Amino acid sequence: MKRDVITAAIGIVVLTLFCGILYPLVITGISQVAFPGNANGQQVKVDGKLVGSQEIGQNFSTQVFKNGKPVMKDGVPVTNPDPRYFQTRPSATVPPNNAAATTFSNLGPNNTATEQEISSNVQSYIALNGRYYPGKLTAANVPVDAANSSASGIDPDISVRNADIQAHRVAAVRHVSLAAVMNLVSKYTGGRGLGFSGEPGVDVLDLNLALDRMGGVHA
Amino acid sequence: MTFAGWLTIFLFVTVLTVLAMPLGRYMAAVYSGERTFLDPLFNTPERLFYKVMRVDPTKGQDWKAYAKSLIIFSLAGWLLLYFILRTQTLWNWTGLNPQGFHSAPWNVTFNTTSSFVTNTNWQYYGGETTMSYFSQMAGLTVQNFLSAGVGIAVAVALIRGIIGRSGKNIGNFWQDLIRTVLWVLTPIAFAVALVLVFQGSIQNFSHYLNFNGPTGLANSIAMGPVASQEAIKELGTNGGGFFNTNSSHPFENPTGFTNLVEMMTVLIIPAALVFMYGRMAGNRRQGYAIYATMMVMFVGAVCVAYIAEAHGSPAQHAAGLHTQVVAGSGGGNMEGKEQRFGIAGSALFDVVTTVTSCGAVNSAIESFTGIGGAVPMANLSASEVIFGGVGTGLYSILLYVLLAVFIGGLMVGRTPEYLGKKIESREIKLVAVGLLITPLAALFSTSLATASAAGRASISTAAAGSPQGFSETFYAYLSQANNNGSAFAGYGGFVQPNAGSLGSHGITFADLLGGFTMLFARYAPILFALAVAGALAGKRVSPAGLGTMRTDNPTFVVLLIGVIVLVGALTFFPALLLGPIVQGLTNHLY
Repeated sequence: MKRDVITAAIGIVVLTLFCGILYPLVITGISQVAFPGNANGQQVKVDGKLVGSQEIGQNFSTQVFKNGKPVMKDGVPVTNPDPRYFQTRPSATVPPNNAAATTFSNLGPNNTATEQEISSNVQSYIALNGRYYPGKLTAANVPVDAANSSASGIDPDISVRNADIQAHRVAAVRHVSLAAVMNLVSKYTGGRGLGFSGEPGVDVLDLNLALDRMGGVHA
Repeated sequence: MTFAGWLTIFLFVTVLTVLAMPLGRYMAAVYSGERTFLDPLFNTPERLFYKVMRVDPTKGQDWKAYAKSLIIFSLAGWLLLYFILRTQTLWNWTGLNPQGFHSAPWNVTFNTTSSFVTNTNWQYYGGETTMSYFSQMAGLTVQNFLSAGVGIAVAVALIRGIIGRSGKNIGNFWQDLIRTVLWVLTPIAFAVALVLVFQGSIQNFSHYLNFNGPTGLANSIAMGPVASQEAIKELGTNGGGFFNTNSSHPFENPTGFTNLVEMMTVLIIPAALVFMYGRMAGNRRQGYAIYATMMVMFVGAVCVAYIAEAHGSPAQHAAGLHTQVVAGSGGGNMEGKEQRFGIAGSALFDVVTTVTSCGAVNSAIESFTGIGGAVPMANLSASEVIFGGVGTGLYSILLYVLLAVFIGGLMVGRTPEYLGKKIESREIKLVAVGLLITPLAALFSTSLATASAAGRASISTAAAGSPQGFSETFYAYLSQANNNGSAFAGYGGFVQPNAGSLGSHGITFADLLGGFTMLFARYAPILFALAVAGALAGKRVSPAGLGTMRTDNPTFVVLLIGVIVLVGALTFFPALLLGPIVQGLTNHLY
């Protein structure tokens, strides 16, 4: 008994040093030397200023001001999607795409709350893109990834179909050709892992920054 | 459903089997004291550990001594982890708390500590708003290694009991633990962590990033030593995410490729242990039979989940969405799923993580369809024997094997035997009780939480008063009793009004009931498994005769599946009906 207690007490301390200090430090050391970009989150800078991480979905909205003051709702600033940019998927985090406090929507498959949430996402999507879309944009042709919240709340990607629909709006608002925007969409579309794992997706931050670089009209 | 989706499932199963076989051979060598290619690297550290810990590895233990060492070691781990988590700000001098997070309150910490020590990794906290880097590393990562080590040790001890020829000795706990950490967990975790960073996981000690995005909006991104923890979290079938959204977070699981790597990492040891067992038992076909049993149930579960999720949910259809695959969109129930994983990558991950006791998630299980959500619950209802947790899966299914042998023996009217050892009333009593503890704990806690106002306080607002609310509660205690840790995550035990642990409070009822459920349903079955090992270790082996029931052929596989399904179904079917199945059978919205 006493022997076991001594062994356990010493054991937990030395194993903490081995598994909890040595192991993560060695991994950090190797990572920072071998893959410094990845290890620090693939930070993207424009003119030397940090504007995001390639891996993290952002909220491409602008803050709403009234009489020079930010409009607040439930303690969170109200924002409107910026039509010049491709929009990421709906997010359950507060505020949307908050990469410092991620959360699931946790909306069940049979809950009225889920149906309401999806309907409201669909309506915003149609309100934003409907008038630029050739043909009629209805719930039936809104892609599921644009209507359903992502898991992480900071999904960096959107489906190709979602990007194609938004491309019409982005091209019109920026006064650039649809072909040029579509070109960028396919350039920033990532394939499936190893060719079969997962779904193709378009990295929204990459795409939006490429649009900015392309020029056209800047508000 | 897509061709790529089915291909993913097929290739995953194939590659898993191909990789698990050599790993099983290697692990058999590790636990039989034979030479391995990593000996030159780890022999010296091993001797150092024994010296510092004052262990004599040559001294074998009977089951009681083995159990005593195990319990005392787990208790020591519990105390140290609780201390580290409660004194989080005390360690700010290390520089590993750049956000200055305060400790979570005592009740949440009790739950978290019990959760990580029991290999459950149920999380009532959000990682990036609660834990300092120091707590994640020196606290949680350590138990990711050690709780896995304890589970594997028990499995190895039970195998030694079953195959033992030499009286009472079932091995030395300390030796099994140290050898597991050094020879098995460390090298694989090391390699996986580096692959993850190579693919885009982060590994740093920076302050969270604060910046303004292209539209001028203020943003913040959490940082930390993620990859090192992610690797062992999957490998040890622990599942406790560095971030709140676990393996759906792009820093934990950046690509479709890492999704495959992580699923493989979860299943590789549980699968290899089965092959290891066949080798140690001197009859590889025994291992193959168990592997086949697990694989049949696993593939069945994956198919059901994939088809259900690809179909979409009633809420989606009510909102007018079309959920078929169309050009440029994979369709399906994408609520709470990530684009880069899609439906197949999410459904497969979900099954991988709930058949094992891992409980990591790359999608929100609560948002799965009724039937899609019933799959993880059914997996949990099978008491984690479809591969199961590292170690726990093997020792639990071996108990089921003994039960199946006993039932088979009754059917043909012969004394049941397993690998030449007679299975008598003492063993069967231990097996039966050992197998029933977990289901009983799950059902008892679920009813207590459902029947009391204090328990219902944890149900999320959107789910209150609907079958979803019952599903949340049932899942919570099913998951904690099976030491899984995945969740219908709307079920809460911690309220963080300021997205930080300062000023937050725990829901004491959920924290304590969950904590005690995890502890009881972890250590009681371990004691019974070790007692069975002890009871079998001393038995004489009689040569197999004509009437001996074979335990390595397809007939036995069918019998074993039947027993597992029967026990699980009889115990849990009413509860499953009340929650997910009701939801799966209707398009009604609640």
